[in-house]
Amino acid sequence: MNSYEWLQIIIFFVVLLALVKPLGSFIAKVFQGERTFLSPVLIPYEKLIYRISGVKPEEDMGWQRYAGSVLLFNLALLVSLFVMLMTQHLLPLNPQKVPAFTWQLALNTAISFVTNTNWQAYVGEQAASYFTQMVGLAVHNFVSAATGMAIAVAVIRGFVRRKTSLLGNFWVDMTRCTLYILLPISIIAASVLVSQGVIQNFSDYKTVPLVQSTNYDKPKLDDKGTPIKDAADKPVTENVVVKEVQIPMGPVASQEAIKELGTNGGGFLNANSAHPFENPTPLSNMLEILLILLIPGALTYTFGVMVGNTRQGWMLLGVMLVILVGCFGVLQGVESSGNPLVAKLGVQSINMEGKEVRFGMAGSNLFTVATTGTSCGAVNTMHDSLTPIGGMIPLSLILLGEIIFGGVGSGLYTMLAFAIIAVFVSGLMIGRTPEYLGKKIEVREMWMSILVILTAGITVLILSGIAMITPQAVASMANPGAHGLSEVLYAVASMANNNGSAFAGLNANVNFFNLFGYLAMTVGRYVPAIAVLAMAGSLAEKKYVPPSLGTLPTDKAPFAIWLTLVILIVGALTFFPALALGPIVEHLMMVGT
Amino acid sequence: MKDIKSAILLFIILTIICGGIYPAIVTGVAYALFPNQAKGSFITDKAGKELGSSLIGQPFSDPKYFWPRPSATSDFGFNAMASGGSNAGPTNPDYLKTVGDRVKALRDTGVTGKIPADLAQASASGLDPHITPDSALLQVPRVAKARGVSNEIVIKAVEHSIEGRQLGFMGTPRVNVLELNLMLDKL
Repeated sequence: MNSYEWLQIIIFFVVLLALVKPLGSFIAKVFQGERTFLSPVLIPYEKLIYRISGVKPEEDMGWQRYAGSVLLFNLALLVSLFVMLMTQHLLPLNPQKVPAFTWQLALNTAISFVTNTNWQAYVGEQAASYFTQMVGLAVHNFVSAATGMAIAVAVIRGFVRRKTSLLGNFWVDMTRCTLYILLPISIIAASVLVSQGVIQNFSDYKTVPLVQSTNYDKPKLDDKGTPIKDAADKPVTENVVVKEVQIPMGPVASQEAIKELGTNGGGFLNANSAHPFENPTPLSNMLEILLILLIPGALTYTFGVMVGNTRQGWMLLGVMLVILVGCFGVLQGVESSGNPLVAKLGVQSINMEGKEVRFGMAGSNLFTVATTGTSCGAVNTMHDSLTPIGGMIPLSLILLGEIIFGGVGSGLYTMLAFAIIAVFVSGLMIGRTPEYLGKKIEVREMWMSILVILTAGITVLILSGIAMITPQAVASMANPGAHGLSEVLYAVASMANNNGSAFAGLNANVNFFNLFGYLAMTVGRYVPAIAVLAMAGSLAEKKYVPPSLGTLPTDKAPFAIWLTLVILIVGALTFFPALALGPIVEHLMMVGT
Repeated sequence: MKDIKSAILLFIILTIICGGIYPAIVTGVAYALFPNQAKGSFITDKAGKELGSSLIGQPFSDPKYFWPRPSATSDFGFNAMASGGSNAGPTNPDYLKTVGDRVKALRDTGVTGKIPADLAQASASGLDPHITPDSALLQVPRVAKARGVSNEIVIKAVEHSIEGRQLGFMGTPRVNVLELNLMLDKL
């Protein structure tokens, strides 16, 4: 890294860490129903929303009702988005006259946005109308993020409350989260993004002349749309001269802001945050990375405030930061030293395949670790074209279970499950009753934590196994050999962990990935979410156990180191064999030939 | 039952707020403060005709123009309707052959030494409007010869169009290929 890149990275983390405390305490206030500086403006609207929707804000819910409300709300989201995608050709704001989605793709896309995954097996500029993007997908970006944060806060309440079964009101948590946190930050961020060149309009796509016309060989199709082949079985082509191109337009900035802030990651355009209309400058790039990490980082402080010991939150943030920075270091190292096979051809030895010039190496790599450490999944770099070890970094961050900052809310509650496992294992080793934050960890908590941590992992391993013996899945690979396995593993991991990024060479719009992906996203989102709520329910009923001499302090450095090791060991034990067959074999082949 | 009603009504209300009011506010702010950016940062000629967007690269292969980064968009390079990268893996033999062909094409124009990575490897969006200053400078002799002007004039044009790091430290220095070529056509 040159000195500018060091400066860029250091300034970035200073800004991020400086925002953790103010935003974290603000979020705590919002969820605890306290007055904030936005209250005078928003309270009347908030009350109006409750009145229309029949929500009684003072009504507290037990964990079953809280989880039930989450599921009901998500079902409403799923059904409405599915219907919208199937009927977008009949709806307004469709200047390009795009047709409806197929039902398999609509199902996959609907669950993808409802679960905060934003896996996209379609090309945004060709397949989705402005109405679908703005009234469908962008709305889901808000509410799926709010759902995750509400669950995380309910779990924190489980630790804080004593001898009660009540965890709060889901409708209130979600509404307040959207109105006080997500909307104001999105409006500011979207405006800054427009200043950098992110588009925000409702025009028809623009046609512009090319300065120098270009041409290509277009395969000839018969009446049925199948390619015509000549006697030698080669496709017949005709040379087409291109004198003008169409440039897509649309309300991109409003979607871009919440896409990053809510760690959603579903791009308006196919190239996602690599597209100059989504991410036009180095500054917009750093802002987008900041938005991705902002809420997951701040939530650790919110956690600390709510449990009455902010060191508990800083400790979690420290663990996340160490792993994130470590991953960034490795990625930056391997991408800067490049691909020896390309260097042999006489090319400068850094890997620029699938990267944009304006972001630079550090700006590309920081985005990559941020988007996969969280469950964002937006990309400014094509992960499929990273060097083998480089590609293993985002893959590993996803496989760890989206806890390195993690998805908004989901990252924190998954991290808390890891903390409970760490407390339990250390309790076994030193022969003490495991306690975390003054609550005894017993059989129920262990069951639920294990469900949270292993659900995605088991789903990934089983589904990638099935994929490798399914001809349709194997035929979808874009690259031969070990890299093809990495593509499939990445796809399944990304969906099961609700990330949404891809080794995008893989042809994902086939029934196998659409339908198994639906399954993976559903299981990966709702099993852990219900498990943590069940755990929170049982924690809330317990009495407070004051710390004694035998209690392991969970707000000190030794526990942070221990937690880091537990995360890395669980991850390595689960996935090393799969990683060895994919990226590691490919790396050996790359350096060995 | 009550929760079912709340789920549906809250969903409708939040759709109106997040899918209607929010984008309307952002569009209003965008048009008021940054209308040119909101509409796509288009470059226009004196008559107001749009020549292209300064953010969206265009394909160039004529020796008299600076060449942009390779683009892997489908059908033809820099197809703005099909943004995306090659997604080629690092050991893919087809990919390595493609890179070899690009290197050869540059060598044929008299380029010696290491080829800058951004000129041999395709961009992520397929629409990258920029190349590095090194990549621009090594094309100067070809462009100058094709245009029948001295190298110095073309170097001046390149140096004039180098954008530095944003705020002095962010990103990399770069040259906008479309803007540079339009400027050369005006000389």
